[in-house]
Amino acid sequence: MQRRQLIKALTLSASLVTMGMSWSIQAAETIKVGILHSLSGTMAISETSLKDMALMTIDEINAKGGVLGKQLEPVVVDPASNWPLFAERGRQLLTQDKVAVTFGCWTSVSRKSVLPVYEELNGLLFYPVQYEGEELSANVFYTGAAPNQQAIPAVEYLLSEDGGAAKRFFLLGTDYVYPRTTNKILRAFLISKGVAEKDIEEVYTPFGHSDYQTIVANIKKFSAGGKTAVVSTINGDSNVPFYKELANQGLDATDVPVVAFSVGEEELRGIDTKPLVGHLAAWNYFQSVENPVNTEFVKKWKAYATTKGLPNADKAVTNDPMEATYVGIHMWAQAVEKAGTTDVDKVRQALYGQTFAAPSGYTLTMEKNHHLHKPVMIGEVQEDGQFSVVWQTEGPLRAQPWSPYIPGNDQKPDYAVVGN
Amino acid sequence: MNTMNQTLLLRASAKVGPRVSLAIGLTVLAVLLALPLLHLLPGDHALHVSSYTLTLVGKILCYAVVALALDLVWGYAGLLSLGHGLFFALGGYAMGMYLMRQSAGDGLPAFMSFLSWSELPWYWVGTEHFLWALCLVVAVPGLLAFVFGYFAFRSRIKGVYFSIMTQALTFAGMLLFFRNETGFGGNNGFTDFKRILGFDITAPGTRAVLFLASLLLLLGSLYLGFRLARSKFGRVLTAVRDAENRLMFCGYDPRGYKLFIWVLSAVLCGLAGALYVPQVGIINPSEMSPTNSIEAAVWVALGGRGSLIGPLLGAGLVNGMKSFFTVALPEYWLFFLGALFILVTLYLPKGIYGLIKRGEQ
Amino acid sequence: MPTALYRLLLSLALLLPLGAQAGDALEFTRAGASEQVRLLEHWSASPTAERRAFLDALQQGRIGADGDKNPYVQQAGQWQPLTEANSDDNPRVLRLNNRLRGLLNTALASHALSDENAGARLDAARTLQRNAPPALLPVLEQRFAQEGDDAVHDALALALANLQLASPEAATRLKAVRLLGETGEPQAKTRLQSLLDGDEADPAVRKAAETSLAQVERKLFIGELLGQAFSGLSLGSILLLAALGLAITFGLLGVINMAHGEMLMLGAYSTYLVQIGFQRLAPEYLALYPLAALPVAFLVTAAIGMALERTVIRHLYGRPLETLLATWGISLILIQLVRVIFGAQNVEVANPAWLSGGWQVLPNLVLPWNRIVIIGFALFVVALTWLLLNRTRLGLNVRAVTQNRNMAACCGVPTGKVDMLAFGLGSGIAGLGGVALSQIGNVGPDLGQGYIIDSFLVVVLGGVGQLAGSISAAFGLGVLNKILEPQIGAVLGKILILALIILFIQKRPQGLFALRGRVID
Repeated sequence: MQRRQLIKALTLSASLVTMGMSWSIQAAETIKVGILHSLSGTMAISETSLKDMALMTIDEINAKGGVLGKQLEPVVVDPASNWPLFAERGRQLLTQDKVAVTFGCWTSVSRKSVLPVYEELNGLLFYPVQYEGEELSANVFYTGAAPNQQAIPAVEYLLSEDGGAAKRFFLLGTDYVYPRTTNKILRAFLISKGVAEKDIEEVYTPFGHSDYQTIVANIKKFSAGGKTAVVSTINGDSNVPFYKELANQGLDATDVPVVAFSVGEEELRGIDTKPLVGHLAAWNYFQSVENPVNTEFVKKWKAYATTKGLPNADKAVTNDPMEATYVGIHMWAQAVEKAGTTDVDKVRQALYGQTFAAPSGYTLTMEKNHHLHKPVMIGEVQEDGQFSVVWQTEGPLRAQPWSPYIPGNDQKPDYAVVGN
Repeated sequence: MNTMNQTLLLRASAKVGPRVSLAIGLTVLAVLLALPLLHLLPGDHALHVSSYTLTLVGKILCYAVVALALDLVWGYAGLLSLGHGLFFALGGYAMGMYLMRQSAGDGLPAFMSFLSWSELPWYWVGTEHFLWALCLVVAVPGLLAFVFGYFAFRSRIKGVYFSIMTQALTFAGMLLFFRNETGFGGNNGFTDFKRILGFDITAPGTRAVLFLASLLLLLGSLYLGFRLARSKFGRVLTAVRDAENRLMFCGYDPRGYKLFIWVLSAVLCGLAGALYVPQVGIINPSEMSPTNSIEAAVWVALGGRGSLIGPLLGAGLVNGMKSFFTVALPEYWLFFLGALFILVTLYLPKGIYGLIKRGEQ
Repeated sequence: MPTALYRLLLSLALLLPLGAQAGDALEFTRAGASEQVRLLEHWSASPTAERRAFLDALQQGRIGADGDKNPYVQQAGQWQPLTEANSDDNPRVLRLNNRLRGLLNTALASHALSDENAGARLDAARTLQRNAPPALLPVLEQRFAQEGDDAVHDALALALANLQLASPEAATRLKAVRLLGETGEPQAKTRLQSLLDGDEADPAVRKAAETSLAQVERKLFIGELLGQAFSGLSLGSILLLAALGLAITFGLLGVINMAHGEMLMLGAYSTYLVQIGFQRLAPEYLALYPLAALPVAFLVTAAIGMALERTVIRHLYGRPLETLLATWGISLILIQLVRVIFGAQNVEVANPAWLSGGWQVLPNLVLPWNRIVIIGFALFVVALTWLLLNRTRLGLNVRAVTQNRNMAACCGVPTGKVDMLAFGLGSGIAGLGGVALSQIGNVGPDLGQGYIIDSFLVVVLGGVGQLAGSISAAFGLGVLNKILEPQIGAVLGKILILALIILFIQKRPQGLFALRGRVID
């Protein structure tokens, strides 16, 4: 009995190994592209759609003949929302699979976890999410927003007449690095605009917090002292209970508008948006933006979701990080064509100054500081779960990864330093 | 319950097992010893072991120490801790403090400058010295375990109550370390280490040494475990697990025994954490999340509780599977893992080690 | 046929007043953003009866404009031009931003002050108490003089008082200050405070303002205190609903049920499916879907629970710590299963109208309906569970098996069947908890993970096997949490509570309500 089981197990594993080998033989004429997004665990809620968007973009490029005449071959791995596993998977993509580039990560901590690996092995990572800045690695291209491309314009809007001319600010966030740093920058910015310390309140909640009764009551109390706006850096899952509580306690957007930096179309799919009409979000792209590139982009995504049978395909939406993923992959493909090779150092050089007509309706440029120039848009939540753009910058803004509102940053070079 | 693991334990401690197992064990050991040496070969050599394999196995070795440490308290003394991740992470943080200071040179660690720390908090004093960091690695988890254990065992808390309390402890620790104000880098934790004792942390030589250190720690803990299990101390512990009250009626005071093994286990976890951090390159509060500690309990149960080899097998198997399936079947690996847990508990109550034992008979 | 005719007539009737105000509409759609602001400000200061229909339509998002900025109104889904000039372009809804929406609310309120219905006038006056600009003073004075209804009269007096604080006459200011002292409005406090901080010269007014301020603050304090008490109770009821199922599966059966959180999650997903079913099949009864979801969630989770008990947990009785391992595996599978079927994202579960909004008890105290209902529901489930365990044959058997399995088996209790039913009951109650949780938080695959630790803490703190213990522990933790949170923040509050629980168990190792007995080992 035992022996037979052992033999069975052996044959099984042997066939698995040969399967793997035949794969790699087949793959000789392709360029491997790593996709490093959590498909299980707490971050799967946000990252799964980025994996699908990356696969769609790769399909799109392959349909047009691939890059350098070769097809792109995606290598999807699951770091399971586990930060050390991100580093391990990153190392695997670089040393075992030998991918030419990786698209991945959502949280800052996952990026910080893989960063030393990419620097050590000279890999190339595209990071598609807005973040707190304070980083500039030669091995990472940041296609999401730096704080000056999201947080600061949003608060400027709140201060303006059209945004309600807010006098008091309630900075509410989940207690981790992104909200803390963003709020630190915002506080310095608000004070430079003449807002008094007593008119700024900072409140943090633990991860996964679901009871916002006290906080909403405090917002109400705070807002009695003058026109108030809430700046929310609440992390994904806690948003639903927060907005539900806000609506049920009768605070609507005309009294106290909430501007959120982590709530997009994808998050609104899980919320009944009728009570939220008028609340704001600041991003560099909204699905509702009207231009031919975006119409095409949204149509493609919906078709892709339907043909691949993604869950809830009938309600598929696009959002900012998905657009950033899409732009990132295309820019990398263009740079590879320009460099004529997938060699990281040459592709890096070719990426500087690369432009792409993005779904946001602007032609975006990759700057030498590894960040994209991005337009900033403020959207108001509509009943159908979409945003209508109420304000936008005149053109794309240059990113400031080292915020001038944090002391000591004026010493930091605004370009990537290769090697240590 | 009473007799379940006793025979297993006696056999495990009396003789290492028949020849086949011994041969397999020695082969594994030889391979583990060879890995770091093969890593030193040039990259294009046929026998070269990549840094990926080495860090992966090194990580699993550290987890194996945790599993062994947990088995000492759960398998032998009957105290299921759902908070061992806390001790592991504390050891890791102590080492991480040293590594951050090494990378920062004379200045502040990078994360501090933008989280508005203008000077080092008092508990960072001295962490630039490796020896002091080592003291912290041992002392912090040990001290915490001592204080917690002293009061818990004095109040005679056991069973599920003890487990839930340890879970609450690690959960509180995680929330505390998540805060930026705590001074450990918040959610981002420590990362981007450059050197250790002046050596480049990414150099093959450093990697090989760290790997060997983990292996030595594992072998040392294993030896310690065997010695303890064979001694009178080990038998008293087993008696604590099986019938604490009867033991007390015999005139023993179980508190000291429990406290000793509990603190020892925490210290082993701390050491494992300290070796884990430079190998994987990151330490952050999610290591303290209750699920991580539950997972450690799963390794032990899967491998075979109350044996010393079992937990090592469990840690190796679960983590190996995790690494394999998250690549091969990213969407479905949780099904495999879950099914494995269920099947093992249902059909292999003594874990994999029990299965091997049965096969030998 | 006649309905179509009626609809036509109705729309014509509705159109008439709008047609009369085509000028306003044209002016508004043609205006730029800043001009629209001025228009709305002007309109609120000089309300006319004819304009009201247009403002209503504007607020409801029924006003549109075509490419040439000609105004249209939407009637029964059809765009009707408001002016003769119209182009071939499709009209599009006129989008307002927050500022315009706020001004529109004020303008609507000032128009509604002359409504025939006293209730509408009262609402309008209350709105104006909060946000009437100084320009509205003449309108308010005029309405105040004409108003017949007492309640509206009082409300208008208050709205006036807010503006009269800036009056040049000391006597008017004095009256206004005194009036404001009688309200519990949070804004009154700010207004009085800024009056005192400003250059108010009249000593009588100053003194009255101080008295009024103290009065208002006292009232606000009462509201805050009640609010805190309520939020504590509400949190407690949620913890209780989350933990009650576990109190049975873990407390009574001794299964360390790590899959308990997933039962909550499955209950919430059942609610989602019931909601979808209502949307597709019976949209007219959609508001009732949470009620229909209760039996569905109970049956679904109970069936899954019983199936798990029969296939897996049955083999593990007497090995409690190993149930941890198996149920952990079950939990992983259930989470991933839901993720594969429904997607990793949250799904939308909307509050029906009767569970949205809140009950305004005091000016600074709104109790949300969903929370009120959940408190009641928690008590109902507790009562149900208590009755089941103490007044039925099944309950008797469950208690017998819990206390002494072998003896119960000897007395002819079918322990296997009782185990299955009890586990099903525990899972079903968790499913009911899931329905409640879906009304206040998000519904996603990880829902259960967020509640599992709290649930275990509640059961252990209360004393394993003690229903009453779980209830007091849940409400105790809820209230304590809400007392600590305003003082030291949510994060430290949570840490402190965990520390307190650890200390408490040191004192009472068997929980709040310990079973006294002589049996040891």
